[in-house]
Amino acid sequence: MQLYLPIADIPVNVLLILAMGAAVGFVSGMFGIGGGFLMTPLLIFVGISPAVAVASVTSHMAASSLSGALSYWRRRAIDPALAGVLLCGGLIGTGLGVWFFTLMRSLGQLDLVIALSYVVLLTAVGGLMVWEGLRAILRTRQGQTVLATRSGSRNWIHALPLKMRFKRSKMYLSVIPVVVIGLVIGFIGAVMGVGGGFILVPILIYLLRVPTSTVIGTSMVLTLFTMLIATVLHAVTNHQVDAVLALILMIGGVTGAQFGARAGQRIRGEQLRLLLGLLILAVGVRFAIELGIQPQDLFTIRETGGGA
Amino acid sequence: MTRAGAALIGLGLLLGVASIGPARAEQLIVSISNTRITVTPNYAGGELVLFGSIEKDVDTPADRGVYDLVVTVSGPRADMVTRRKERTLGIWVNADSREFLMVPGYLAVFANKPLEAIAAPEVLRRQQLGLNNILLTQRVGPDYADVVPNDAFRSAFVRLRSERGLYREETSAVTFLTPTLFRTGIPLPAAVPIGNYKVEIKVFADGALVTKTESSFEIVKVGFEQFVASTARHDGLAYGLVTALMALLTGWMASVVFRRD
Repeated sequence: MQLYLPIADIPVNVLLILAMGAAVGFVSGMFGIGGGFLMTPLLIFVGISPAVAVASVTSHMAASSLSGALSYWRRRAIDPALAGVLLCGGLIGTGLGVWFFTLMRSLGQLDLVIALSYVVLLTAVGGLMVWEGLRAILRTRQGQTVLATRSGSRNWIHALPLKMRFKRSKMYLSVIPVVVIGLVIGFIGAVMGVGGGFILVPILIYLLRVPTSTVIGTSMVLTLFTMLIATVLHAVTNHQVDAVLALILMIGGVTGAQFGARAGQRIRGEQLRLLLGLLILAVGVRFAIELGIQPQDLFTIRETGGGA
Repeated sequence: MTRAGAALIGLGLLLGVASIGPARAEQLIVSISNTRITVTPNYAGGELVLFGSIEKDVDTPADRGVYDLVVTVSGPRADMVTRRKERTLGIWVNADSREFLMVPGYLAVFANKPLEAIAAPEVLRRQQLGLNNILLTQRVGPDYADVVPNDAFRSAFVRLRSERGLYREETSAVTFLTPTLFRTGIPLPAAVPIGNYKVEIKVFADGALVTKTESSFEIVKVGFEQFVASTARHDGLAYGLVTALMALLTGWMASVVFRRD
């Protein structure tokens, strides 16, 4: 079933895109992540231009994070104060990200920037997760008990000024690192077409010591708003959001996520993390290889407007 | 401008008219099968047909031999950038680039035999016949110029457009049904740009241009996808807001449909 994507400007098989959305949705439901870092590369690999892939996935991420955030909200697993402060940074970061995206696009370096950021981020995060996962599995094999990571020890972050009380997370913390983290995630999200949950959640847990009860729900709220803003900004500045593509992805994604969540409950935590780490690493390596091999055609053409 | 200069130009114009005058002994009549083509999203490409006839009149020299024909179709113009990747630190990076200014989005040259057999290279250049001779203005630093046909960027540009079926040169596409009646197909690929197309028909005899005429057609895209594309381009904010709203609705629907708690 062929469908013509109006903005991506290529015909695609609806079932293929739907299946991709469902597969990524399955994985994201299984691991409790947004899945943007898988969706965007997959779209690029099937021939959609990186600019369109990134811009369209932002709206897909908004949809999937809303349905996630709603269910966390009902379980009171969202810290509104923390989400609000993160968002202050997140909105600025998203704006900067879209501006940077537009700048790189006009310089003809956008595809490279997207590919390079995927290589760096995914290999680093994936590598760390695989390393952690392997160690955890080895430890359990040796019969050691895994220590809870949320120790009471304080780090330099807790010495910063402008402290604020985050009631639901039971934290008393400076707003500075929270805003900065929101800003960085917003920036990365807008440039790479990812929700950023897979970076944000570890940062919140390990750096700010946000309890696991509120961390995922809160990160989904940040994703929801940064991705909504990113969708609108990408549409206004770059005209690269493909609504038809996004809708197919959303439908596939939210459906797949339901089955993924059920499957995820049957696999053990450390194995799950190792699997996810391998997956992230694989996507990163795929991008790295792509950059290193000589392209079939060294020349590319892009219309820059001025059309009559 | 000096009076002498003006006089010279005047003389040149006169001579120009005089040199064309006697040669215009033929009338050229053409017709295109469709002058307004509506393209739907699942348009897989198509072909227009151009028919024409060369009418001799009393001024036509009696010893006039065979006619040769060159048809040039050029689509809506736009600025385009061609970039070249180079290997830097082990990875392939867009390095050098050239900007082509207001070049046709679609460009096709059809003839009844190889162009070099129709007229001398210098005539072809002057008349801009063939992909190698059509002016493709580039911005080279502060200057605007076309470069030699074998320039790396120019040939890559023409090659990439040709691969997408948007630029083509076919020197056996024009067929003469009788010595004066001809036809040619104008193939349009699926990705044909929308807008106005100009068709230039030039008739040669014994290596010299004897007459020419122009025609045109228009390509219009219709359908939901086209509506989406033009809204995205012309009304980005509304488009973005609607897309964001669509995302919210889908997400909310999903949480209602799959609600488990």
